[in-house]
Amino acid sequence: MAHMHQSAERQSCPGCEEPVEPGDRFCGVCGRDLSALPAPARPAPAGPGAPVEWPAADGTDTSGLAPRTQQPGDLPGTDSGGGGLPDHPAAPDAAASEPPATPPAPAVPRPAAPTAPPGAAPQPDADAGREAARREPGPAPVCHDRPGAGDFELAAPRPAAPPAVDPRAVHPPASAPAARGRVCVACRSGRVDPDGYCENCGHAQPRERDHVEQELGAVAAVSDRGLRHHRNEDAFAVSSTALPDGSPAVLAVVCDGVSSATRPDEASEAAARAASERLLASLPRGTHPQQAMHEAIVAAAEAVGSLADPGGGVPEEDHRHRNAPACTIVGAVCAGGLLVVGWVGDSRAYWVPDDRSGPPARLTEDDSWAAQMVAAGLLNEAEAYADERAHAITGWLGADAVEVEPHTAAFKPDRPGVVVVCTDGLWNYAEGAQDMARAVPPDAAERPLHSARTLVGHALDGGGHDNVTVAVLPFAVAADGPGPAGGRE
Amino acid sequence: MAVFAKSPVPRFSVGIHQNEYLPEGGSEVHAVVTVTATGGGATGSAGSRAGFVIMVDCSGSMDHPPAKLRHAREATAAALDTLHDGVAFAVVAGTHEAVEVYPGGGRLAVAGPATRAAAKQALGGLAPGGGTAIGTWLRLADRLLGSAEVSVRHGVLLTDGRNEHESPEALRAALDACAGRFTCDARGVGTDWEVREVTRIASALLGTADIVADPSGLAGDFTAIAERAMGKSVADVRLRVWTPAGAGIVFVKQVAPSLEDLTGRRAEVPPRAGDYPTGSWGDESRDYHLCVRVPPADVGREMLAARVSLVAPATGGDAPEVLSQGLVRAVWTADPAVSTRINPQVAHYTGQAELAQAIRQGLRARASGDFGGATAKLGRAVQLAARSGNTDTAKLLSKVVEVVDAATGTVRLKAKVADADEMTLDTRSTKTVRVKK
Repeated sequence: MAHMHQSAERQSCPGCEEPVEPGDRFCGVCGRDLSALPAPARPAPAGPGAPVEWPAADGTDTSGLAPRTQQPGDLPGTDSGGGGLPDHPAAPDAAASEPPATPPAPAVPRPAAPTAPPGAAPQPDADAGREAARREPGPAPVCHDRPGAGDFELAAPRPAAPPAVDPRAVHPPASAPAARGRVCVACRSGRVDPDGYCENCGHAQPRERDHVEQELGAVAAVSDRGLRHHRNEDAFAVSSTALPDGSPAVLAVVCDGVSSATRPDEASEAAARAASERLLASLPRGTHPQQAMHEAIVAAAEAVGSLADPGGGVPEEDHRHRNAPACTIVGAVCAGGLLVVGWVGDSRAYWVPDDRSGPPARLTEDDSWAAQMVAAGLLNEAEAYADERAHAITGWLGADAVEVEPHTAAFKPDRPGVVVVCTDGLWNYAEGAQDMARAVPPDAAERPLHSARTLVGHALDGGGHDNVTVAVLPFAVAADGPGPAGGRE
Repeated sequence: MAVFAKSPVPRFSVGIHQNEYLPEGGSEVHAVVTVTATGGGATGSAGSRAGFVIMVDCSGSMDHPPAKLRHAREATAAALDTLHDGVAFAVVAGTHEAVEVYPGGGRLAVAGPATRAAAKQALGGLAPGGGTAIGTWLRLADRLLGSAEVSVRHGVLLTDGRNEHESPEALRAALDACAGRFTCDARGVGTDWEVREVTRIASALLGTADIVADPSGLAGDFTAIAERAMGKSVADVRLRVWTPAGAGIVFVKQVAPSLEDLTGRRAEVPPRAGDYPTGSWGDESRDYHLCVRVPPADVGREMLAARVSLVAPATGGDAPEVLSQGLVRAVWTADPAVSTRINPQVAHYTGQAELAQAIRQGLRARASGDFGGATAKLGRAVQLAARSGNTDTAKLLSKVVEVVDAATGTVRLKAKVADADEMTLDTRSTKTVRVKK
């Protein structure tokens, strides 16, 4: 987050309009308890060239409300650079000028955030569930395209469905056909061999990861191979748990394997799983969500790094070690009234309020050549993204990453909305926050899976040049003001 | 004949080296297939099942100088000493007809102290006189090797002159009849023989060809041949290549340790596979360059372009045993940075094939008086040999041309070149080296 705006404006006491200083717990004039002030309003990272007007806060100066207002700099390890985020994305801005009269609107009705332990959600396909349960801490992804064996895996062949099918048209197979003896989806005449290729035309059969969906009450994700890549190198994890006080914590992690490295699909899968597992372990213990996110990204980096040297590798393939598996990561956690994001690389998170009259925002800042050029003021956004190096990432998880610097940021939205957590396979077709907001269905908070499918469809309609992965994570605003997390340090 | 325990068949492994990424509309898939056999043919274990026939040219020219035939006898004796006990063997004298020198009677002897001694006594029967009809020698060797219960059959053929007393068609027919029945190394001694004839024999019978310009080198060479033959533990191994419907094989070549184009030797294995002979194997490693043309598919699609397996012949009517296999894939991508990459192994062996061709074309041009063409081709050969680290071939080239600058391939033809040097370069032009690690 190279360039965030810190507000120069101040909040004032809701009782007497006396300006309050940051850190004040009580009004210096009338003595009013300021801890009840509404939440800060501005998760306002300004994307390159796309500064957003964050929705007006109901309260005024949230920076004066620490610890309820979670500012990145407040936490140790906020940014792995060690110095904390130099700018305060959560700092108030224009919000201060808004009258603090109305309390936050209650969240639109929607299914309660799940408190069920991982694994309790329904699994529409028991077989897929078993398969996925090995990999995902949460309930299993629903795999609509039943796979053939992976590139280099020897997994049992899976029932087939046509490759690169529009996910919106996909329905789970009524029953899984026998693994052997199935007919090729390409020529429809040959049988599929144990390696996952047609014995007649040789075409590879769809794989498990070609299209993966998962819905978990309050959060859903869809990952798709896209139309131009031969395999899906993206991975995601969505899950939920509970904070020590019993309130729900919902998380989504999305990773994009680096194609120019070896085994990018393994990297993204390992990273998503490790980050999710770490969050599921630390959030229930009361670790602050932002700290938890930081640790989760570090854990993901270690998981990817450990892929580089499997030990006793095939000598023929020792060149692989020179190009260690790598991936990006972006994660989001909604817990205790906070929205925490963390990332390395160019996968992104967007905020899209349910009430579209309010401004959407991009919450992450790419580790990419283009972003760096813009950040350094060397190029404007249009110039930077026109360059062929635009998408070269400058940060990633992998053994060859010199130093992983997890970026994290915490926000406290004052209104309900959804967080769109995605790889560049989506945001290439909806780059700006407004573009993304337009692509997100109006009922996204109520139908996150439908929404995620719609967004994947948006990318496929745009050409589907890359793997597409998107998680939709609704954020509800608690009716009684600041959430419980705000009271805890 | 004693039948001992079955000799261990080596374990085969197949490694595929390729860039599987094709551009949009791309259809040609190249792969280098490395086949490695290990753990077979422990010394002595092959003995009971190996058959070995030595064919020695006894045409009149072998007496000029007389040392030639003397060295041939000594070399044969050295080879006999190298045979393991229990190996079935015979010695054939070749002229315009083939004569059994030992043991006679249309059968093979079983190697042991007594038979070796008797065989050496019989080598006096290798007497000069007569013409050269190599096809008859090969047919006799085939009959002898077929007379015994042996699984690995090998021959070695020594000639010093042209195959003058039978038609090229007769030799070709004999080679066709013998191909796949036994393997055979061919050697030319002196410089009066025809490089093409000797290399054709070795090629057809999946053996090695070489020159022994100085007859005194024969004993060492025959010993090495016999040692290598004793190491073979499985015969008639085939490279089976499956390709998808609509695909076609462009070529299948052995590229290491030497070049051998196998494309035309395909035996169909319906529905969509073909077998290419590789002969017998001991503990060794060979590389094959496979080129397949597949029907182009959409970007993002993946196809199995070829399934390459090693199969051993069935024993007793069973289905052939698949020893190992590898997959050659095709993946279409829109990313030219990926699809334009050439696999280093493929590039290397493409260069080695060009090197061999440049040498042959250069020598042919030189022989026909086209010195300009010869200089260009041999210069290119020098450049390729230097670039790929093929130092043996580079050394042979330097005896035929004066190398001005190997990097640019600048050479001058030597005015006087020994026949032996030119024939050595020609015979060994198909020798390759592996990729430098």
